[in-house]
Amino acid sequence: MFIRRLGAIGAVAALTFTMAACGSDDTTDTADGGDTGTGEDTGAGGDDGAMMDSLRIGIKFDQPGLGLREGDAYTGFDVQVAEYIAGQLGVDAANIEWVEAPSAQRETLLETDQVDLVVATYSITDERKERVSFAGPYFIAGQGLLVRADETEITGPDTLEGKVLCSVTGSTPAQRIADEYPGVQLQEYGTYSECLPALLSGQIDAITTDDTILAGYAAQDQYAGQLKLAGEPFSEERYGVGTQKGSELCQEVNAAIEAMIEEGAWEQAVQDTLGAADFTPGPGNPPEVVEDCA
Amino acid sequence: MIDILTEYDILGAFWKTIQLAFFSAIGSLVLGTILAVFRVSPVAVLRNIGASYVNITRNTPLTLILIFCSLALFGVLGYALAPRESPTYIVDNAFRWAVIGLSIYHAAFVCEALRSGVNTVPVGQAEAARAIGLTFGQSLSQVILPQAFRGAIAPLGSVLIALIKNTTVAAIISVPEAAALMRVIIENETGSLIVFFIFALGFVILTLPVGIGFTSLSRRLAVKR
Repeated sequence: MFIRRLGAIGAVAALTFTMAACGSDDTTDTADGGDTGTGEDTGAGGDDGAMMDSLRIGIKFDQPGLGLREGDAYTGFDVQVAEYIAGQLGVDAANIEWVEAPSAQRETLLETDQVDLVVATYSITDERKERVSFAGPYFIAGQGLLVRADETEITGPDTLEGKVLCSVTGSTPAQRIADEYPGVQLQEYGTYSECLPALLSGQIDAITTDDTILAGYAAQDQYAGQLKLAGEPFSEERYGVGTQKGSELCQEVNAAIEAMIEEGAWEQAVQDTLGAADFTPGPGNPPEVVEDCA
Repeated sequence: MIDILTEYDILGAFWKTIQLAFFSAIGSLVLGTILAVFRVSPVAVLRNIGASYVNITRNTPLTLILIFCSLALFGVLGYALAPRESPTYIVDNAFRWAVIGLSIYHAAFVCEALRSGVNTVPVGQAEAARAIGLTFGQSLSQVILPQAFRGAIAPLGSVLIALIKNTTVAAIISVPEAAALMRVIIENETGSLIVFFIFALGFVILTLPVGIGFTSLSRRLAVKR
């Protein structure tokens, strides 16, 4: 036991050494370094050594179509983006440690080094840039409206007068409705999934938030054919990948996102995860990667 | 920090919290007193009803009760507590359901506090009341309950403090009280300790005087025996 532990420590030490040596160069180099380190051991420490090439990625666990945990499986657009980025950084999908990143905790998770990346419908804003470095954007979402499939009156934000909308307490979309559309009645719940039964029963007329999130719900099997997105998106939310402030990973993530869009994997991921809702990404997609990791 | 204090209507949000706590306190006091009477009544059926109510609601999370009121009773079954035409239909409806939910939940605790108050009244008092020919209702309302309330003031104060803090749960069913505003601020300003401390301080300011007041009341009003 003691020897195994020693081996593991040796592997870790070797890895940190090689990492320090080659700085931000190539990630495959560090992987090789790790292997050499464990090579001296009997092999038992090999797994421990390999753990160092893992990534801790914060995603949503409860957002169908974007980041959803079902048992041990993680599905959704954010998950596919995260896996692609990890692949570009030389990390196997199996070596990703998924961490739940609820909206209010995303900055804290990065600042306290609990995750390396956050890919969780994370809109790039100036306030957040003070605490984390953003790569991306990898998607341009916009506030949309989810209505019952037979709804004809609601066709966009101008047709909402007197209607009852549902959103999440305190969220940006909820605030926008309250500020800019005073004639709208706003029911707020803790999560969007709580809005759904009330929408289907007719007590509320529409759910509003980012169109990606809405499409994720509409694409779920149990709501097939019952819901649709109405009108064009009426705001712009630029989803970025959050990295620790000043992290060297950030530029590499930018390159990975560019590669994903170029290769067509981006288009495929949108189709795979949100396509069932007849969802077409709004204007500006696929986005240009313009964040400078400041 | 100054930005946060000037930009957001924190006092307004706490005023909503106070209103919520005030109406829920009245509701739970009325319902809790009825339940306490049930639990000490000589009728077995009433005693069982009281005991079942207390055991069920006391052991159900408040979040669940409020979600049930707002989502099941209003959202799915459509029992609205405000007229649909009203411009504040949703807000009023949510507030009223929140008062009902909070009252239902805290009535169980009020009932138990009162029952502990009843237990402070010596058996001799009840026997004496019966001996001079008072009915159950008369002896309860004239002899037992007045003393029970005076003996139960301290635990009732604890229930009220818990109630004030529990109003934060109503944020998840659309009541624009303090916790809902805290979510808004965290969303806009990124969560920081300052925001947390502002709201923690707000609740301390609300609950500390309640605690002090009830403690001194309980001393002044205690039945000297």
